Amino acid sequence: MLIIENLSAEIDGKQILNGLTLTVEAGEIHAIMGPNGAGKSTLAYVLGGRPGYEVTGGSVTFNGKDLLDMDPHERAAAGMFLGFQYPVEIPGVSNVQFLREALNSQRKARGEEPLSGGEFLKLAKEKAGLLKLDMDMLKRNVNVGFSGGEKKRNEMVQMGILDPQFAVLDETDSGLDIDALRVVGEGINTIMRDPAKGVLLITHYQRLLDVVQPDKVSILAKGRIVETGGPELAHRLEEEGYDAVMKEDA
Amino acid sequence: MTDTATLPRPTNRDEDWRYSDGKFLAESAPEAMQTWSEIEVPAGETRCEILATGEGAVERLRVTVGKGARLEAFAILDKDSYRRTEVEVTLHDGAHFEFGGVTIGGGEATQEFVTRTIHAEPNGTSNQTVRAVHWGKATGNFLGRIEVVRDAQKTDAAQNFRAILLEKGATANTKPELEIYADDVQCAHGAAIGQMDEMAGYYMASRGLPPKVARKLLVQAFIGDAFVELADDGLREEMMEQALAKLDEAEL
Ligand SMILES: Nc1ncnc2c1ncn2[C@@H]1O[C@H](COP(=O)(O)OP(=O)(O)OP(=O)(O)O)[C@@H](O)[C@H]1O
Ligand SMILES: [Mg+2]
Repeated sequence: MLIIENLSAEIDGKQILNGLTLTVEAGEIHAIMGPNGAGKSTLAYVLGGRPGYEVTGGSVTFNGKDLLDMDPHERAAAGMFLGFQYPVEIPGVSNVQFLREALNSQRKARGEEPLSGGEFLKLAKEKAGLLKLDMDMLKRNVNVGFSGGEKKRNEMVQMGILDPQFAVLDETDSGLDIDALRVVGEGINTIMRDPAKGVLLITHYQRLLDVVQPDKVSILAKGRIVETGGPELAHRLEEEGYDAVMKEDA
Repeated sequence: MTDTATLPRPTNRDEDWRYSDGKFLAESAPEAMQTWSEIEVPAGETRCEILATGEGAVERLRVTVGKGARLEAFAILDKDSYRRTEVEVTLHDGAHFEFGGVTIGGGEATQEFVTRTIHAEPNGTSNQTVRAVHWGKATGNFLGRIEVVRDAQKTDAAQNFRAILLEKGATANTKPELEIYADDVQCAHGAAIGQMDEMAGYYMASRGLPPKVARKLLVQAFIGDAFVELADDGLREEMMEQALAKLDEAEL
């Protein structure tokens, strides 16, 4: 479903990704772990087409199409979703308005009919309920004044509403309390655990992987994937740390 | 009457010309600069004026606001040629002046609001909010002069100007002028000129909003500040639509 081959990218002339290769099949939840500064968020942003993140080599194929050739909003309409490590505040624009415009823009791009206000609210209510986010939060301005955990939950409500085929979730678990972590993890399972969908789950901690059980785990270090294994790889990392695991397996 | 819009006029890129140059206009458009429309808001009443709806390049309104009365004035300057709206307000005891203005446009337009708020008696309040959105080589200006006379204690005067420049060639200027002779007075002035929030734009794109739609949502939120005090919902929506229609014309 997502094939990343030999991907290199730089920010401000500084090379961050160094020939990264990774494949995620449909139906797969693939966890990415790696030290701070390894390039995990950079990978997420490159997949999301963030301006300033310049691809200097390699390719990304999403459902047979050249992902890197699409504008960010086209990637979204093609089914790609990016859950931000640091969700962005948009003063003056309500969540409801923002998401309805976003969903209908995507639907339009796919040649589907727009949802009416009523239909949209029903959908939003359902997804907010799934993530136990108060409907009042959805009426507020996008992420403005939200706590760290509320922002992360709001990302997942957005994912539920937009119903993507593929999600890149960048540290969706950081900033969540213990209960919220379970709610969000189960939300990810409900929304994305599907034979036709895929997830790249960037995380530092096993506790999210206890809820959202990954099919594969890869280690990203110094801008490339250095090791891929099953769920047990995450357990080993948790116990031994990156240095030990990467040395042992080298 | 001379049509100021067609006069040759130095641009604000000329060193010797400053925005809101009344002297220049008085020489080149003497009639327009000598004419005031005058209104009086009787004590205790509220009056709401929508300005800049006519064809003239220069519009000047002089208002006396009676005891405990309220003047609300709102305007959009969105024409492609020079436009200037001046409001001179004299506030009596406990009177309020609310002003909300938007300048929006591209090309080589210069659009300016010039206000003079005279707090002539105690307890008067004024609140002015101007938002400017420009592209091309357009310019948006706000010159707000506030005068507080010696006895006008407990005056509370606020001004806020913010501009978003969508392209490098566009400019925005603001110049607060305060002349305060009372001591128990609050005057707040805020100004910020910047670009569109890139990260917000990207975040919106990542959710599927095409750049044009994202920009419109952001600009809508931005200029909305100028009309929050406009009580008539229908009128407020019309004004928002008028301003946003101008944005639709922009080729960015
Ligand atoms: N604008 C920039 N200019 C230069 N270097 C940058 C810029 N943005 C990020 N970097 C660098 O790129 C590297 C990778 O950053 P990235 O955010 O992808 O790491 P990460 O793996 O997500 O780390 P973390 O686990 O801390 O979130 C870091 O060394 C970072 O300092
Ligand atoms: Mg990161």
